[in-house]
Amino acid sequence: MNYHWNWAIFWELSPDGIHSYFQTLLLGTGWTLATAACAWIIALTLGSLVGALRTMPFAAAVRFGNVYVELFRDVPLLVQMFLWYFVVPEIVPHAFGTWLKQLPNASFYTAVVALGLYMSARVAEQVRAGILSLPRGQRQAALALGLTLPQTYVYVLMPMTYRIIMPPLTSELLNTIKNSAVALTIGLMELTARARAMQEFSFQVFEAFTAATIIYIVINIVVTFAMRVVERRVAVPGYLGFKAPAAGH
Amino acid sequence: MFANYDFDVIWRSLPYLFYQGMTFTLLLTALATFGGIVIGTLLALMRLSSTAVLTLPAAAYVNLMRSVPFVLMIFWFYFLVPYIGQWITRSAQPLQVGAFASCLVTFTLFEAAFFCEIMRAGIQSIPRGQMAAAQALGMTYPTTMGYIVLPQAFRNMVPVLLTQTIILFQDTSLVYVISVTDFLGAASKVAERDGRLVEMYTFAAVVYFVISLAASRTVAHLQRRIAIIR
Repeated sequence: MNYHWNWAIFWELSPDGIHSYFQTLLLGTGWTLATAACAWIIALTLGSLVGALRTMPFAAAVRFGNVYVELFRDVPLLVQMFLWYFVVPEIVPHAFGTWLKQLPNASFYTAVVALGLYMSARVAEQVRAGILSLPRGQRQAALALGLTLPQTYVYVLMPMTYRIIMPPLTSELLNTIKNSAVALTIGLMELTARARAMQEFSFQVFEAFTAATIIYIVINIVVTFAMRVVERRVAVPGYLGFKAPAAGH
Repeated sequence: MFANYDFDVIWRSLPYLFYQGMTFTLLLTALATFGGIVIGTLLALMRLSSTAVLTLPAAAYVNLMRSVPFVLMIFWFYFLVPYIGQWITRSAQPLQVGAFASCLVTFTLFEAAFFCEIMRAGIQSIPRGQMAAAQALGMTYPTTMGYIVLPQAFRNMVPVLLTQTIILFQDTSLVYVISVTDFLGAASKVAERDGRLVEMYTFAAVVYFVISLAASRTVAHLQRRIAIIR
């Protein structure tokens, strides 16, 4: 290989004149985490709502939930980002569209909305599967005790569901972090975009991408371990995922 | 509301979008699925073997692919494939690789990690007694795998493999980041040439939606038909 390695490149000044290349990668990591965190809040909120709707005894609610999930699941994330970024500001009323286009950090907000809605369809699938996995008696007992349907969901079904679906939710959270890289197509300067920019300016392709890869792996490991602690805390006794705490003497 | 829109641009660019763009997308999806399943199955067999020499590299590869964004991997391979080609052919210069070949290598190797996990689950779903019975009959490991375990594992996993193929089909749109003309790339080129972003991106979304929806409905139907009654 006649590739010229130069690992000292990270400490050199990047073209923005203030930060070293290493610092620009850290800034990118910040944007990646901020985008993923905000999108995850949207995904979890809407996903829980839609997932719950799909298990309710109303045909219209179930149909709405099904259409919602299919709509956001059957269009590639990249195309959805383009729709939110290029198409939506054009088809809303003119003044609102102009305001959207002039928003500072427009690509950040767009990425959060697009990624949040895209992931919410996947969260909805997990929530629905979780609710359906509960014994039918739980819902019946709650209703028989005089709880209203919303109360049944809020106090009985949802708390159990979250504890059961914690492992798949962890992998959806990791997917959210990874998928935030797609936002580089609408100009968000997140981690992958920073690595790409570093490659373009310094021509040190493999150093830039190695650094980004390592940062992603570290994020992955930290999130996985943190979530494993949470999973162990909330695991429901009596289910296969539950490990009894070590017996003390 | 649609007074200012020029839907004729879609009609005019249909041949370009489908002959050039969709052909690329579908061909890439089909070949990468095939290659991904072959390599993925080999990786799964490695992960399930009993020697650390085989399990550790396979596990490391799969976990690496699964913890990095696909976009970053596309960039990696885009720059790496010419050097790998140079190393294999022992030429003096990095090999000139076409866009399609580069994308095909990227998608095959990336998706292999995901197909590996599916096939691993499929192989693990086969009762242990079948393996024992085959060995008791004197079958070697390749015969057992080829005639007993893998055919059943494939059959059990067909719906999951096809679902992964639909995901792969949607993922092909990401080749946009290296300016390759797949279906979305073609739509985006027309959109920028004619200044018709709204029409072209909406149309692209509708096409992806219709194909993915039809495919996932077919998979659900297939799943009901081929389910083994136990």
